[in-house]
Amino acid sequence: MTATATITGRRPHAGVEVGPILADRSFTLHRRDLVRYAGSSCDYNPIHYDDTLAREAGLATPIVQGMFTMGLALTLVTDWAGDPAAIVDFGGRFPRQVPMPNTGEAAEIVASASVVEVLDAPLVRLSVSVRLGEARVLTMPRVLVELA
Amino acid sequence: MAINPSMVGEVFAAEPYEVSREKIREFAAALRDDNPAYHDPDAAQALGHPDVIAPPSFLMIISLEAERKLVYDPAFGIGDPRRLVHREQRFAHRRPAHAGDRLTVAIRVTDVEYLGDNEVLHFEDRITDADGELVSTATSTFVSFPEERA
Repeated sequence: MTATATITGRRPHAGVEVGPILADRSFTLHRRDLVRYAGSSCDYNPIHYDDTLAREAGLATPIVQGMFTMGLALTLVTDWAGDPAAIVDFGGRFPRQVPMPNTGEAAEIVASASVVEVLDAPLVRLSVSVRLGEARVLTMPRVLVELA
Repeated sequence: MAINPSMVGEVFAAEPYEVSREKIREFAAALRDDNPAYHDPDAAQALGHPDVIAPPSFLMIISLEAERKLVYDPAFGIGDPRRLVHREQRFAHRRPAHAGDRLTVAIRVTDVEYLGDNEVLHFEDRITDADGELVSTATSTFVSFPEERA
């Protein structure tokens, strides 16, 4: 991958308002994307890519890594903030698993992010979530961003 | 098989991990993220960083590796570590990790809960740099799920 995006520096805190930051972003995930994330994150738990071993571990199909959905969702915030280092504190929970059957069919997840609270400069609090259809598969009610 | 409750409060330290430009690039590419701060040292320096920085969730590599070593240790008492699913994760970053960092993680089992057939494991991981300065604190929650699950 080449770096084609330009650097903007940190977004100024002044002028930030409560509301969605960028358009929702959807990600199409195939089994091969899970394998790639497994390798890049050194998370080799086979429940994310091996049908037989996932079944042996009690799952109907492999499931998407929660941290993969979190990492994808945070790209909304890093793009908006201008410098990825602006994200100083974030936490979330994975209320539901994203199944990834080996049928060749993709899972389509959608990430959204909003400013929920403008704190004392330079901080703002965002809420980030990821949906699979109507179901929330990641909720991050508290993402603290340190702007300029 | 139950988690050995004496593990709560124990601290385990892992071998240092060296953050490299290529690992950052590989991780960012898996996230389909072409942010120059991850790929281009000049761009990262223009933002005030010593080298390319790691994406916010990158340090999970280090936390998970250390947590995995722990849960795969038979003394820990987990029957099948594959039955652990990630339920919650938080990072409080003091500064971003960057290429060239040599990071050490110390993980502490902060709690084990028993919810029906499930065990819920809580970790707190302190990630420090070569000078011993705190880089990030990670907190993780994993749930073991029972045999019968659709």
